[in-house]
Amino acid sequence: MDANAVSAQEYRVKHEPYYEAQGDEIVLFEAAYSNQIPVLLKGPTGCGKTRFMEHMAWRLRRPLVTVSCHDDLTASDLVGRFLITAAETAWVDGPLARAVRIGAICYLDEIVEARKDTTVVIHPLADDRRVLPVEKTGELLKAPAEFCLAISYNPGYQSVLKDLKQSTRQRFIAMEFGYPAPDLERRIIVRESGIGPETAERLVKFAEMTRNLKGNGLDEGASTRLLVHAAKLMVTGIDPRRACRSAIAESLTDDAEMLAAIVELNTSLF
Amino acid sequence: MAMTTSPAPLSTAELEERLDEYLDPVLSSRRTAGGLAAALAEFSRSQQDFVLRWVGIIAKTNAELAFQFAAQVPEGLRLMAPDDLESWIIQAMDTYDRMGLYPASAVFQEGGAYAARVQTRANGVAFDDVSGILEIFVRGLSGRALKLQPGDEIYTDTSTLFLPVSLTRLADKDGNFRLYKAIAAHQWAQTWYGTFHADLNTILADFPDQDKATRLFHALETVRLDAHLALDLPGLHRDMQELQKALGEPHYPAFWDKALQALRAPGASVQDTISALRALYESAVPAPRCYQGVLQTARAEQAMAQRIAREKVQFQTALARLINSGEQRTDPTIGPEDAAQNAKRLRLERNMDPDQSDRRRYEVAVDGRPMVIPQDVRAIMDSIIQDLGDIPDDYLVAAGDGGYQQNNDGKNPDDVWKGTYHEEGAFLYNEWDYRRQHYRKHWCVLREVDVHPLYDDFVSRTRIKYATSIASLRKSFEALRGEERLMRRQKNGDNIDFDAVVEAYADMRHGMEMSERVLTKLRKLERNIAVMFMVDMSGSTKGWINDAEREALVLLCEALEVLGDRYAIYGFSGITRKRCELYRIKRFDEPYSDLVRSRIAGIKPEDYTRMGVTIRHLTRLLNEVEARTKLLITLSDGKPDDYDGYRGDYGIEDTRQALIEAKRDGIHPFCITIDTEARDYLPHMYGAVNWALIDDVRRLPLKVSEIYRRLTT
Repeated sequence: MDANAVSAQEYRVKHEPYYEAQGDEIVLFEAAYSNQIPVLLKGPTGCGKTRFMEHMAWRLRRPLVTVSCHDDLTASDLVGRFLITAAETAWVDGPLARAVRIGAICYLDEIVEARKDTTVVIHPLADDRRVLPVEKTGELLKAPAEFCLAISYNPGYQSVLKDLKQSTRQRFIAMEFGYPAPDLERRIIVRESGIGPETAERLVKFAEMTRNLKGNGLDEGASTRLLVHAAKLMVTGIDPRRACRSAIAESLTDDAEMLAAIVELNTSLF
Repeated sequence: MAMTTSPAPLSTAELEERLDEYLDPVLSSRRTAGGLAAALAEFSRSQQDFVLRWVGIIAKTNAELAFQFAAQVPEGLRLMAPDDLESWIIQAMDTYDRMGLYPASAVFQEGGAYAARVQTRANGVAFDDVSGILEIFVRGLSGRALKLQPGDEIYTDTSTLFLPVSLTRLADKDGNFRLYKAIAAHQWAQTWYGTFHADLNTILADFPDQDKATRLFHALETVRLDAHLALDLPGLHRDMQELQKALGEPHYPAFWDKALQALRAPGASVQDTISALRALYESAVPAPRCYQGVLQTARAEQAMAQRIAREKVQFQTALARLINSGEQRTDPTIGPEDAAQNAKRLRLERNMDPDQSDRRRYEVAVDGRPMVIPQDVRAIMDSIIQDLGDIPDDYLVAAGDGGYQQNNDGKNPDDVWKGTYHEEGAFLYNEWDYRRQHYRKHWCVLREVDVHPLYDDFVSRTRIKYATSIASLRKSFEALRGEERLMRRQKNGDNIDFDAVVEAYADMRHGMEMSERVLTKLRKLERNIAVMFMVDMSGSTKGWINDAEREALVLLCEALEVLGDRYAIYGFSGITRKRCELYRIKRFDEPYSDLVRSRIAGIKPEDYTRMGVTIRHLTRLLNEVEARTKLLITLSDGKPDDYDGYRGDYGIEDTRQALIEAKRDGIHPFCITIDTEARDYLPHMYGAVNWALIDDVRRLPLKVSEIYRRLTT
């Protein structure tokens, strides 16, 4: 288990990640953390969920273990597995088991993407038992008080397949994240990219236009993250129209007509 | 239209004979086909054949239109190439479908103009080319969703933007597109920056010359709107100025400067424009800007009045719904209260939005507690605010119980073509006309409605009647269910395959290469199937066919529940293209519940079978589902058939076309029929193998499940 002792340091968030609160989410998270209740973050992509987790890990001075879930993520990927070394087997912890051992904050990003069986392994961790049974080694890992489980998902994907089961979601305190209010979003763009406030404001307006299109051919509007990307390109000297096209319009859609319309919206603003 | 070396042209007499045959209903002793025939006699045989063929096709739609065509086509033949001629004809027929005989005849009479447009089309841009982009563009800008429609005049009635059919004013395509965009943006600006916030009709009627006042008002209002656009959409404003420069539009007279300055001030409203109009009324009206169009105050007023009345009811109904749903959660013992009491409890909070100084944020509070407002209600509120600038206090009365019974009151199916009524659950679909070999655009109006649930013992009776069959069906379906399988000797996996490891070590000791495949992996073999059942609910299913259909659905659901395939069931019927109805029995995301069961029991014969539009709509629903295999299974008792000519070859060809479209989207259609004549037409529609005939109706219930099992293994 020596390797695990080292890794606690590796997972530390050393510098304060920039985060602007949208509401009372920081207080709420701290309250949940001190009561050892797991947290579910809901919200569209790129609205600051992951950044929020980094910020909270820094604030609470806990290591942060982040797992981006994908559709081939199995329970063993989270808990751990045997590997074969010179003629014998060795157990290696998965990220979730490691997080439990070191009392970290474990953040499972986009949990609905993972295979259905993975959501079940977090159940005993997410209620008052707070244990992680490791079937293959026969171990029952008990989570220390500092351990915290957080998961995120995007309710915007209205797919029958990608929905969170009630038995899973009802173990968590849910916090909803949206895109920041225009003024706040402008401040975030300015701070993250160093662009002038006026251009940032136009970017926010452009984002709102694309968000008006959600459900009318676009699955999602432009996220704050995309706006920051566009702003960074502009600061580097890329023409604003070109920057928006590459960083925002092309990222949002491949549909030719939709793309053309978004480019027109963009050229109307810049 | 093969233009090979053709036989000798037909003579005038021969032509007249053929024309007589097609045009008989509109000919008389004073109006003969003789003149038409004489004019056609000078053309080549292939051209004559082309004309005769189309006269025949058009005459099937309308004989008078065919006559008009025959009269105008000689000029058309001289001016246009065959392809352009054909698109000219199709345009006239589309116009006929949309607006009737006279506008359609006008298209034929203006053949010369059409030919000229074809000439300039190389540089021009047509409405159909840009409407898709512009509609998204306008929706993105903000405000209520606006429809775009081609029209003779450029104006907006605040719910639809009327744009020209095509634009050729500028020398290149890009320029003409910019002009389209500017026209759309100008009209959008009228709806967004409050042009209609004043009672324009009354105000403008007070001037001695209302027409002049309207035009001058519009010119001044354009200045105000341009100033708003310059502030909010600088890129667009720059484009608009460049357009004006390119078209050499003059400046406003110098003595207007002072008035214009007031209009250009940030925050100027329509009241400022009215003051400016009063001050400048005596001066001449400047030429309109290229993107300006006209102002139709009366039509705008009418559309607004309708919308305002409708949205008031919608808003109040939504409030009632919100209040009641809130109460059910907190205290189920409180019954619905009457409207007067509700009114006292509702309060509207108009908070200044800290981020957008010019727009306020509205919240509704019940008994002092803020209510969560769903997206759709928020959209209604935004639209009301866009019309009235505020939500008046008398709106804050939740509708009484009567509010729920609001069914399409006062709505005529024809309204669909007029306004934004599409969004209220109506879908428009094209229909294939095999005679024209083209689609009739937005021809069918389809609405989804719920089957009225019938709580009787039908389902339980059926379950008892088929108890043994259900048991064996379940068993055979269970065998199909996807199981987890342990895959051995994998490169990647969750566990060690010890047999493989031992072998690999033995190999290594022997000096052979050690295999990498030493892991096991659990793989779930999922049946990734989504199936849509489309059930015939036409009048002809009355009686035992209907019973058999319902029994078949019960058995099918029982079996599918075991299997775990995603499935949906919709019934279809309707009468004429304007009332195609799709009855929801079970949606994909709905569980097989008592409600679904009672809907199955409630299936009853309705009207006719218009299959094409149903298939198009169900294809659209299937496209929204993620699945590796998608099936569309039709249960039918006969040929496509509807009241307004949708029968025979026409119905079959449209259905076939709709199925081709479905296949293009990766959907596998299949048809189960009890029509013993199906052999004559089903292979043509569904393909040689994609259908099954059950000649004994009593066996339908069991057969359907069996066929499904066969189809999906």
